[in-house]
Amino acid sequence: MTYLTLSITLIFVLIPLFLSKTLHLQLEKDTIIATVRSIIQLLAVGYVLKFVFEAESFFFIFLMVALMIAVATDNARKKGKTIKGITWKIAITLVVIEILTQSILLGFGVVPATAQYIISISGMVIGNAMVLAILFLNRFTAEVEARREETELILSLGGTPKQAVRQPLIDAIKTSMIPTIESQKTIGLVQLPGMMSGQIIAGADPVQAVQFQLMIVFLLLTNAAMSSVLLGFLSYPTLFNERMQLIKRKR
Amino acid sequence: MNDSATAAIHFQEVDYAIFDVTILKKITGSFPKGKITTLVGPSGAGKTTLLKLCNGLISPTAGDIFINEEPISSYDPIQLRRRVGIALQSAPMIQGTVFQNLALPLELQNKKLTEKEALHKLADVGLAQPILHQKVDDLSGGQRQKVSIARTLMNRADILLLDEITSALDPTSVHEIEQLIIDLNCKYETTIIWITHNLQQARTIGHYTWIMADGEVIETGEIDILTSSTNKRVQRFVQGNLA
Ligand SMILES: Nc1ncnc2c1ncn2[C@@H]1O[C@H](COP(=O)(O)OP(=O)(O)OP(=O)(O)O)[C@@H](O)[C@H]1O
Ligand SMILES: [Mg+2]
Repeated sequence: MTYLTLSITLIFVLIPLFLSKTLHLQLEKDTIIATVRSIIQLLAVGYVLKFVFEAESFFFIFLMVALMIAVATDNARKKGKTIKGITWKIAITLVVIEILTQSILLGFGVVPATAQYIISISGMVIGNAMVLAILFLNRFTAEVEARREETELILSLGGTPKQAVRQPLIDAIKTSMIPTIESQKTIGLVQLPGMMSGQIIAGADPVQAVQFQLMIVFLLLTNAAMSSVLLGFLSYPTLFNERMQLIKRKR
Repeated sequence: MNDSATAAIHFQEVDYAIFDVTILKKITGSFPKGKITTLVGPSGAGKTTLLKLCNGLISPTAGDIFINEEPISSYDPIQLRRRVGIALQSAPMIQGTVFQNLALPLELQNKKLTEKEALHKLADVGLAQPILHQKVDDLSGGQRQKVSIARTLMNRADILLLDEITSALDPTSVHEIEQLIIDLNCKYETTIIWITHNLQQARTIGHYTWIMADGEVIETGEIDILTSSTNKRVQRFVQGNLA
């Protein structure tokens, strides 16, 4: 594709602008901002990636992955404001997941240790773990709030904080894993996964593309389980004080 | 009554506030060891809050609480809660069956409850076998309250805090539960603090009483003070309650 053919696709931006204007949706400004931002951000990423791929230096790879984790952490932490030290807890979770997946992939030589592979896979792993972390935090805080009485009951009978949040924690871990598992059941039937489509368009052998996609699918299962379990066990203690009392929060 | 030497629980100038709202003010007084003390007062007086302080679910914002003459803060919270048992006002249940709820206190200590022991405890509170494997969501309000009492008794605490445990029961059941608690008190010298809105009940079961209003203790003493107190606020509360 050339920049000329790409610019023709801006027609797809003009259509919603036109609709917004005639129907008074008042979305013109947001649409333009979104378009400009996506152009700048993606082009910047494109050039950065080009640079990093050509440099083939592990320092730049490390820097890219660290940046991804920082941005993902910042995004997810807003969902868990009631949990003390949530920023670090999310960052640790993402780092552990990233290290785990990369050591398995690179360790067994499943993919070559090149910038292309490490960065693309990291992007998917970290992005996915971030979404799961947000889902989990939403669910966990709501679950604990809704089951305050049960939690207090267990404490009152001489249970530990861990025993008291066990059920809400398990339920929250479960609910945040279900979408990943469910979406994998229909994968390829309704919608071709983004990465696979991309590879096929770029001219890769569809079977090869499928193999890579399957690897990602398997990865995401680990991802789903690990991110909520890790984050859950890191964050539940902050709901209690040192006298094993449930900390009350102003609503 | 203020002699802390015979007190199972002693409050010394205790305040409790949450989000800068004062709920209990300068509470001082004792709950005598091996006796039944009833705790009465209008809704919102702070009775439940006072019980939760004794069980360590919350901590005073000022002042001290002594359990068997030791500061409450010197106890391990888990040991404290097993020795000072509480039956919560709303009779909360964990999801599952009656049996799972009865087994909960033991399970928290990695112990098992046998079906026989469970049935025994159910009988104590006047419930029969068919209910044992019923889901708690299907219980009536009164049955729930009875299960909650039986569950609290599982820990064999030396101090029992009872928060309106007969409010949903029929008169016969009320009498049975009263008898059960009185028996525990006689047999094991369990110290009892019992919140009730029923002054008649407070008089028949209590040796002592605390009367609370607006976050304060307005009178404590032998049970007779419910009728003999010269305190105007006590008289007003008692008359309003009996009317
Ligand atoms: N977590 C809390 N946050 C804010 N206010 C609270 C909280 N817990 C209790 N209160 C307030 O403290 C006061 C005393 O409550 P408490 O439940 O101790 O009263 P009570 O004497 O047990 O009343 P009742 O007879 O209705 O059970 C009430 O005004 C209540 O609204
Ligand atoms: Mg109450």
